[in-house]
Amino acid sequence: MTPFEGYEFTKRHCLDISDFHRADIENLLALGAHYSDVDVQKHGPRDVLAGKTLINLFFENSTRTEKSFELAGRRLGADVISMQIANSSVKKGETLLDTAATLNAMNPDLLVVRHGSSGAPSLLAQKVSCSVINAGDGMHAHPTQALLDALTLRQAFDGDFSGIRIAICGDVLHSRVARSNVQLLNMLGAEVRLVGPPTLIPTDADQWGVEVFHDMRAGLAGCDAIMMLRLQLERMSGSFVPSRREYFHYYGLDREKLSYAKVGAVVLHPGPMNRGVEISSSIADDPDISLITQQVAAGVAMRMAVLHALAEGIR
Amino acid sequence: MSVLTITDIRIMDPASGRDEIGNIVIENGLIVALGDTPVRGQVMDGHRLTCAPGLIDARVKAGEPGQENLETLASASRAALAGGVTQIVVQPQTVPIIDDLSLVDFIMRKGDALPIDVHVAGALTKGLDGKTMTEIGLMSDAGAVLFASGPEPIEDAQIMRRLMAYSATFNALISNSPVTPALSRGTCAHESDVSARLGLPSAPAISERIMAERDMALAELTGGRLLLDLISSAETVESVRRAKLRDIDVSASVSINHLALNELDIGDYRTFAKLDPPLREERDRQALLRGVEDGTIDIIVSDHDPQSAGRKRLPYAEAANGAVGLELMLPVGLKLAADDEIDLMAYLRAVTVAPADLLGLKGGRLSVGAPADLVIFSETEPWVLDSEQLLSRSKNTPFDDRRMTGRVRHTIKDGRIVYSAR
Repeated sequence: MTPFEGYEFTKRHCLDISDFHRADIENLLALGAHYSDVDVQKHGPRDVLAGKTLINLFFENSTRTEKSFELAGRRLGADVISMQIANSSVKKGETLLDTAATLNAMNPDLLVVRHGSSGAPSLLAQKVSCSVINAGDGMHAHPTQALLDALTLRQAFDGDFSGIRIAICGDVLHSRVARSNVQLLNMLGAEVRLVGPPTLIPTDADQWGVEVFHDMRAGLAGCDAIMMLRLQLERMSGSFVPSRREYFHYYGLDREKLSYAKVGAVVLHPGPMNRGVEISSSIADDPDISLITQQVAAGVAMRMAVLHALAEGIR
Repeated sequence: MSVLTITDIRIMDPASGRDEIGNIVIENGLIVALGDTPVRGQVMDGHRLTCAPGLIDARVKAGEPGQENLETLASASRAALAGGVTQIVVQPQTVPIIDDLSLVDFIMRKGDALPIDVHVAGALTKGLDGKTMTEIGLMSDAGAVLFASGPEPIEDAQIMRRLMAYSATFNALISNSPVTPALSRGTCAHESDVSARLGLPSAPAISERIMAERDMALAELTGGRLLLDLISSAETVESVRRAKLRDIDVSASVSINHLALNELDIGDYRTFAKLDPPLREERDRQALLRGVEDGTIDIIVSDHDPQSAGRKRLPYAEAANGAVGLELMLPVGLKLAADDEIDLMAYLRAVTVAPADLLGLKGGRLSVGAPADLVIFSETEPWVLDSEQLLSRSKNTPFDDRRMTGRVRHTIKDGRIVYSAR
């Protein structure tokens, strides 16, 4: 199919939400919705990326994102390889740009990159001749996660979530997911709040077009959706937060705190979860509240949409 | 119910500025009338005496748990009442250190059985290691009124920044010792010609100012509430004065010792005058007195620190720091006022309403409806301090054999006379 009726998708890379304007995003989400149909996803035409090569280049460990891209690529007919960085020449001292030159010589069409340093994918994008998709860089951006979260929310709110109030809670400081979500949700007209202790909220985050709360109950008041973020265990042993016990007491999502949000509010989590630290199991496992499984399903669909759109650009 | 009227007494209430001769009527543990009011019930003659709110001592080491040989909460409360102190804040450096919810609870339960109000300062870091944040939120909710760095400062600026930012969520007050370890480590005296002649390892006064400036800058960055714990130099007073002009949420405490003594009191290596921070020059002492009077320094504390004679009777550099002060904070203040060194009302403000407001405590004021926590004293009675007569379990004081002017006669807590001088 032609993904965009009367519209030309011209972007070459997917590095950051701010690379796209609203029409791009709307079209990407529409295409994502199209691929959300399992029948289309699994039994649709496999010629979209036929003859194209997708390389997964993950400098940080990941399971769900890497496999999600791999599956998305295969379902669109691409040849997919995943670079095992732990065993690669990077360990032998090769620089990022040397790796880029090596890969470029293999003539890939799509390069999916995750890297621990903010800005690494955009550096790669300047040096290779294929499309680069940022699958998470440092504390900077994770655009496909934000897109799949938006797709999940669209499905939960019947196609339109402009005007909904959403709280992003927890370790915003270290979160690329939060940064990309703030940009995207703002662009799509949601009212975004950030909730967390001051040690885990970036300085001047109130200038991102969001409202910042350090009291979770106040932050959740009247929210339609709550996005919980993962807190790395080593950050809650006295450096950023005193203890797990105190963190869950003030910032963990349980039924009591959830009761401050709107009746019927939904909960998202980019995974992997720390049960009992940032979210109680009874909420994470409640199908009426939790959209966590839907997020994973939306992940494959949304990544198919992104790959498809970029392939249009390549053509 | 019992009614008590104290008659013909000078009523001094720093919270309202009231300073007049009149009566005070107490009923059911509360002040029910004040000033020109008829006598009711039992009568206590207050002629030529003065009444002020019961003192609040925001810096007390009690030795319990772990060092009951030096002081228990019970012996500290007896000493407090003898000094007109009706509320104390105990420091976390006990054995074990008060860095956990259950230990805060332990101290508060112990305090419930005593005739004074015992408040808890929790440790700011685990085991006072200067690195690992304690459960400031949970301890705050459990009733800790302050979070203290202990004797050592939080040296790492990043850690201090996070502590201040985190505690701001709970509006918790945190105190840090203004000492720059790199300048002060291994020293025991103020750097001056006196300490140089005595041959004592010494630290410059700016050690205090540098850390105070750092912490005030962090308070400005984070919006945290900072208490500079025990300032002692003229330079720091000036720094705090300037910070307050810029509306930074900073407060400062000074010990009664540093208002009354200077480095010359070390004399011939008198270890009973060995304190932390060290006694400084007369110009520093004068600056501290002016700082209390103009409100730059918010509170005066006893810095009550019981030590055994064995740990004091050592060569100067090896001897323990500290002095007991619960019983002496008011008499020494009265002596300073009698000698015209400090305005009595300014002194009283810094030991009553100022700590009450800073720590969010009830009391500290004489007003209708307030708890009847008060101290009755003579401003003029002369006496000589004999440290052996102190009720504290430890007797380490630099004021032994001093001639004093002004003495506590009665202490009343919740309407009950809980101490009367012999």
